[in-house]
Amino acid sequence: MKPGPSPAWWTRSSRRTRTQARFGAGVVNYIDRQLCGPYQTLQEFYRYGLAAVDQTGQATYGKVFAGLESHQQYELLHGLEDGKAPGAGWKRVSSAEFFRYVVDHTMQGFYGDPRHGGNREGVSWKMLNLPYPPIRGRVRSDLPKPRSG
Amino acid sequence: MSLKHVNAVIVGSGAGGGVVAKELAEAGFSVVLLERGKWFTPFDERKDDLRNQRTCVLGNAFGPDERNPRVYVDSSGHEHIVSPTHGAYSNNAACVGGGTLSYGAMAWRFMERDFRLRSTYGTVEGSTLDDWPITYADLEPYYEKAEWEIGVSGDDSNNIFRAPRKRPLPMPPLPPTREHQILRPAAQRLGLHPFDIPMLRNSVPYNGRGACMRCRWCVGFACEVDAKCGTHNTVIPRAIQTGNCELRCECIVREILTSERGHATGVAYYDSNGRLQEQTADLVVASCAAIESARLLLNSKSRLFPNGLGNRYDWVGRNLQGHAYTGAIGLFDHETYDDLGPGASIAICDFNHGNSGFVSGGMLANEFIRLPYQFASRTAAGIPRWGAAHKDFVRRYYRSSISVMGPMQEMPVFDSRVQVDPKVKDHWGIPVARLSGHRHRNDLLGTNFMSAKAEAWLKEAGAATVIHSGPISFDGPSGGQHQAGTCRMGNDPKTSVVDKFCRVHDVDNLYVIDGSVHPNNGGFNPVLTIMAIAYYASANLMKTRKGMGAT
Repeated sequence: MKPGPSPAWWTRSSRRTRTQARFGAGVVNYIDRQLCGPYQTLQEFYRYGLAAVDQTGQATYGKVFAGLESHQQYELLHGLEDGKAPGAGWKRVSSAEFFRYVVDHTMQGFYGDPRHGGNREGVSWKMLNLPYPPIRGRVRSDLPKPRSG
Repeated sequence: MSLKHVNAVIVGSGAGGGVVAKELAEAGFSVVLLERGKWFTPFDERKDDLRNQRTCVLGNAFGPDERNPRVYVDSSGHEHIVSPTHGAYSNNAACVGGGTLSYGAMAWRFMERDFRLRSTYGTVEGSTLDDWPITYADLEPYYEKAEWEIGVSGDDSNNIFRAPRKRPLPMPPLPPTREHQILRPAAQRLGLHPFDIPMLRNSVPYNGRGACMRCRWCVGFACEVDAKCGTHNTVIPRAIQTGNCELRCECIVREILTSERGHATGVAYYDSNGRLQEQTADLVVASCAAIESARLLLNSKSRLFPNGLGNRYDWVGRNLQGHAYTGAIGLFDHETYDDLGPGASIAICDFNHGNSGFVSGGMLANEFIRLPYQFASRTAAGIPRWGAAHKDFVRRYYRSSISVMGPMQEMPVFDSRVQVDPKVKDHWGIPVARLSGHRHRNDLLGTNFMSAKAEAWLKEAGAATVIHSGPISFDGPSGGQHQAGTCRMGNDPKTSVVDKFCRVHDVDNLYVIDGSVHPNNGGFNPVLTIMAIAYYASANLMKTRKGMGAT
């Protein structure tokens, strides 16, 4: 019952995935696409929440979220999660609720099927060493279209 | 223009209605089977881990769609209009076969005591718990018929708690998974009685269809190789083959029509083009599952039945129940995942009855195979929620964890109910179901106990860490895919909706045949019991209507 030997790509990809996760894996692309589809009603919620995150960054560190150091980003995110984030933006929407949505949508984008725009090239499935193809006998119809780059 | 009169119109083609259609059609009755959804094959819907009946964050694969809202009242009395993808909606698939197209397919017989809960445990405060008007022995031949006609694999001979059966299951179990091999000796060391779960799934070619190919896309999906046995690929095709049954899809039934003398005369429904149609029939059968069957009866108001059909004593829609799912997840130092579906394969019935401190209990089994998002989105105390810690957790334990879960038998609560909403209507202008109420305290006691038993089993199996699935939510009524109880079967018309043959007490040609009639829902997935009751009720229905339709 011991795990089998890890193939070389597995160790490589697991090191790579951490940095790739946000953009390389297509999570943002996934969320953007769903906000134009099943999550259409959340567009305003997202616009509002993202602006409020930057307000929190400005209020705490004098910078928008993207400009923060990694440890500051973590600190800020923990504040959001606990619902204690400062900033005028969190009056209409609770930061904890916004955070919950973003976390769940991120999980969907990273671990869900690549056909929805996330999990590029099945990066998380490779990380989990899940055998391909996902469905036996359906290879041809279910392979994603080859991408360039 | 009205449609050609038939002997029977059946509303809903799920586990109950599909069986009734076949039984009546084979006996020579002319039957119209109305289904609100479509007839899917596995190739109509791609295997999509974010859009299926189990995980519906991007929608349901097999319906219902957004045109079918419901109203949900939470514990603080706030009303919410919920869509079918919302957890509080209590969604059940809307398609030919109903839930049986995409279910996990566990095929449990209830135990003898499940039909005699009140005699066994006495009156339970705050619950309408009662004995069934029928016994296990009444249903036994029909359980057997369901197992052989629809097809069940498994081996429960090691289950010393099971109710007596006359005939073994028609198919052997699938070969054991790695989880099964880890859990079986552990259960035996604990003095428990593990066995192979009976499943409505071909383990060998059966009934003209092939065997399970053991892929990871099982519960929540239509079977790629048609090895999962539902009513859509067994009894419904057989009903149609007789030439006596016409299946009409995408038909939304508005109400059951009654005559001035109080008999059911047929149904009014909107067809797939949105046109209002009237189908007259000698018999009407509601098989729409607990929430929609109750809604249909309540929406069928007339001068004689101002509060809806069968509702003279305000019992329609009451006692809505499902299952309180509970258990634990064990984290191991070695791999446990072997990528073999359906995943669930081993169970124990040691804790269904005879526990101290609370009423009844439930079976425990290893969980169905989990897809990455299902695993990653699971939250419980002890599991990191996000960030690098969460990713490390998923990477480390996705292939090294076992989940043991089970359905706790719920105590029926009179105030947990389905009503029709006075304001909100669906796309067709029909008042929607309104769900309100709360669970019984016994559910919490039982789930805590069962989680502890699951934990002990996983620890014995070598889990380094065990995480409880967390307390069940008490916010609002139960329900879900195992919904039941809303048209209770009983002898007293004042405290039940249908008689022991599933006939509505005060309408002699109207039947409710689905999970609605269960007075309580067992500590098991209820589908085989729904099928058995459908066979049983059909047999009695035909006995009382000899001569009708005989060709």
